[in-house]
Amino acid sequence: MRVAIIVFPGSNCDRDMMVAVETLTGRRPALIWHKQTNLDPVDLAIIPGGFSFGDYLRCGALAAHAPIMNALHDHAARGGAILGVCNGFQILSEAGMLPGYLARNKELKFVCKQTTLSVSSDTSCELIKSLDNSEKLHIPVAHNEGNFFADPETLDAIESNGQVVLRYGNEDKQNSGNPNGSLNDIAGICSSNGKILGMMPHPERAMGAGHESADGKKLLQSIFEAIVT
Amino acid sequence: MSVPTKMGFENAASMGLSKEEWERVCTHLGRLPNLCELGIFSAMWSEHCSYKSSKKWLKTLPTQGERVIQGPGENAGVVDIGDGLAVVFKIESHNHPSFIEPYQGAATGVGGILRDVFTMGARPIALLNALRFGEIDHEKTPHLVSGVTAGIGGYGNCIGIPTVGGEVEFDASYNGNILVNAMAVGLAHSDRIFYSAASGAGNPVIYVGAKTGRDGIHGATMASTEFSDETESKRPTVQVGDPFTGKLLMEACLELMAADAVVAIQDMGAAGLTSSSVEMAAKGGLGMEIDLDLVPVRETKMSAYEIMLSESQERMLMVIDPSQAEIARQIFNKWDLDFMPIGQVTETDRLILLKEGEVACDIPLAPLVDDAPEYDRPHSTPEIPEEVPAHTLIQDISISAALKNLIGSEDLCSRRWIYEQYDSHVMADTIIGPGGDCALTRVYGTNKALALTTDCTPRYVEADPYNGGKQAVVEAYRNIIAAGATPLAVTNNLNFGNPEKPEIMAQLVHSVTGMKDACAFLSTPVVSGNVSLYNETDGNAIKPCPVIGMVGLIDDWQNAGTIALPPDAALFIIGQDATTNTGWLSNSIYAKSLAQHVGGAPPPIDLEAELRTGSFILSCYENKLVQAAHDISDGGMLVALAEMMLAGNQGASITLPDTLDTHSWCFAENQSSYIIATNNPDQLIRNAEHAHIPLLHLGKSNSNQELKISNGDLISLEEIRNSYETGLRSRLEK
Repeated sequence: MRVAIIVFPGSNCDRDMMVAVETLTGRRPALIWHKQTNLDPVDLAIIPGGFSFGDYLRCGALAAHAPIMNALHDHAARGGAILGVCNGFQILSEAGMLPGYLARNKELKFVCKQTTLSVSSDTSCELIKSLDNSEKLHIPVAHNEGNFFADPETLDAIESNGQVVLRYGNEDKQNSGNPNGSLNDIAGICSSNGKILGMMPHPERAMGAGHESADGKKLLQSIFEAIVT
Repeated sequence: MSVPTKMGFENAASMGLSKEEWERVCTHLGRLPNLCELGIFSAMWSEHCSYKSSKKWLKTLPTQGERVIQGPGENAGVVDIGDGLAVVFKIESHNHPSFIEPYQGAATGVGGILRDVFTMGARPIALLNALRFGEIDHEKTPHLVSGVTAGIGGYGNCIGIPTVGGEVEFDASYNGNILVNAMAVGLAHSDRIFYSAASGAGNPVIYVGAKTGRDGIHGATMASTEFSDETESKRPTVQVGDPFTGKLLMEACLELMAADAVVAIQDMGAAGLTSSSVEMAAKGGLGMEIDLDLVPVRETKMSAYEIMLSESQERMLMVIDPSQAEIARQIFNKWDLDFMPIGQVTETDRLILLKEGEVACDIPLAPLVDDAPEYDRPHSTPEIPEEVPAHTLIQDISISAALKNLIGSEDLCSRRWIYEQYDSHVMADTIIGPGGDCALTRVYGTNKALALTTDCTPRYVEADPYNGGKQAVVEAYRNIIAAGATPLAVTNNLNFGNPEKPEIMAQLVHSVTGMKDACAFLSTPVVSGNVSLYNETDGNAIKPCPVIGMVGLIDDWQNAGTIALPPDAALFIIGQDATTNTGWLSNSIYAKSLAQHVGGAPPPIDLEAELRTGSFILSCYENKLVQAAHDISDGGMLVALAEMMLAGNQGASITLPDTLDTHSWCFAENQSSYIIATNNPDQLIRNAEHAHIPLLHLGKSNSNQELKISNGDLISLEEIRNSYETGLRSRLEK
């Protein structure tokens, strides 16, 4: 499996994601510097967390226009798989590759904590098909802007298309563990073709082996399984 | 040469120099200085840069050890952790700027200490802090706590180094002068440490990083004076942090070091280009010539004085191998950072600065550094108060009511409101984050882990500086031991008031002596540190706060301890039994919080007992006898047990002997003891007997959600948790 991790100046979870991918696939992913314009054929492109270009402007706004992004759009147009975590999710939103956007946390503070996630029972996400959606996942968040927002029509469309992949807390119980005020407790969404997944929680920080939880490993494993099959 | 405007003593005095120091400047120059030269002397001879009041006492600290690769005197201390790796660490204060502008003050404090660590060739892997604020109900406190917390997080989160631990206290003596101490810890290859001494006359001097602006001019001098009502007008002297540029600079420097192009490197911290150029040249026994017109600036018409005294952040000065210059330039281009040759190393032993083709400064270097003033300031003999008898402090309330009250107080309640704003697990190597005895960070790519803590108990130091200095060390020691790690070395941050007052100087002298004795006895040398004096506002000094940052090592993180109580384990107090516990409530949190009694002798320290008990705890870890452990400190035994219950979400039932009043048993702050949960009590008792360690069988943990005490007292875990978790939030967000 060929995995590429796209690195922007200010990315700071690139190494963590590299370790996680290597642990699960046995193969070190390629690190692609943002100034590159070419993305060799890959099975999965990952945009890791961090503060691309410092995020002094809107999060991800500058990264969305970096030289590598044209190649990423091409990869998406070919139906390629993309995972964006935290800042990666923000960048995918800014690049128009995922609907809605990530606003400042409701309490106006950075939040770093363990969260409990429900996998949507009706998700159309192709990347986590094999994930058991009856089990809750424990995966931590660490962000300042994770408050998912979309206009009512977009939100309706996302919900009815099964594009909501992960929610904070219990799926049937609103606000039961939402750390940032996101609409409908949304923690992760996918593109309409189900191939692009953006999520605020950090699966690479829930890999077992010293981490509080191993559920991130489970989630990443399901993505690799989906790509191989 | 052309020396423009000559300065007089009144100019020197306004920059904080004494008459005697002014005369010394003139003698060394053989003439009157100009503004730039005077600025350089006053910055280098400021308390902040020269340690002129504390140096005599700092020299007494033990700094050597088998594992010590680099002690004090460089950007950070370096300690060998085996297998070709070294831990690099230091703590530093940013007190004055953080009071004036909390967000930027705290953020640049973090940025500065990170630069100190990566300048040595180490990749930073963890941040800690030690914070002191005024009374929690003081009008300024919520604003300062919010700003400092956001600033620490703002820098650390963005640059991607986890903030894994720290301590926070509230006390009226900090109402007008908060303390913000930040510690950074990094990893390096032990044979690839980079130093600041310049070498090779003719080698180019390179300026890298952010451009120079007019921010923070003469900040080191501001940090060396008392505060007054006019402090607000000093806001422009607070530096502005840019963690994104900090991240680029860190990556570029580490990449450059890996390419073997760096001869010497020094960050531009306090006193900016002045201290970096002077220290690099002086340490190498050489001179330096710099053309100030080549320094990248972001404002026009900056004078030589402004360029030399600016404390703009995220800048470095390097001497590089000329044959590697092109590689170096390419690396900095890749990271979009300025890379500018601004001068060269010379054989002259002088610092010569050119501006617009003329000599703007020509100073002999040796006197600037070697003949910096050093004072043996007069110090009084501290009057140590008597122990306040426990019976005068004990309150007529139930144990459970006292516990609930104490654990919800601002002294002991959860710091979650603060630490959840810090990214504590970026880099994915945090095994134990904030909220335990110490933090535990895995050494990337190995099974090893570093145990990290910061500690000080200012109310003890104020009452008894010698024992208070010792106590900061032993508490840090216990925190490391409780996690199953071996203490290695310390860094210290000495925060005091005005050293020109004999009673303040006495606090410094005696607490440093206490630290010296404890560090020597426990074999934890001091490898780096920082001194912050003049922490006074309108003549009122802070409670003395000599903070210890300690680093410990554990060979396999999987053997590390936890404070989280498991169910059905036997509970023991180690280090005390029914006859040795004296029920020391004097100067405790119990006395302060419930009896409103401040002061009195703090608990005595027995270094031999600390070492013996600490070694025993580590042997218990080796023998797999520890299921959970926690040291007993602020708030006493029952607070420690409650913290274990909360972390493990378990209940406990305990039986207390009748040798002391139950309040004394539960809340005394006697030192050198721990609580251990074990599933092999018989073996533990046998081992303790064999090692002559006093121990007391306290009770048992269980899965009932309550704490049950033998006198019939009962409190639910939920009630304890509610008090613990809401203590800070309810008072900061009101």
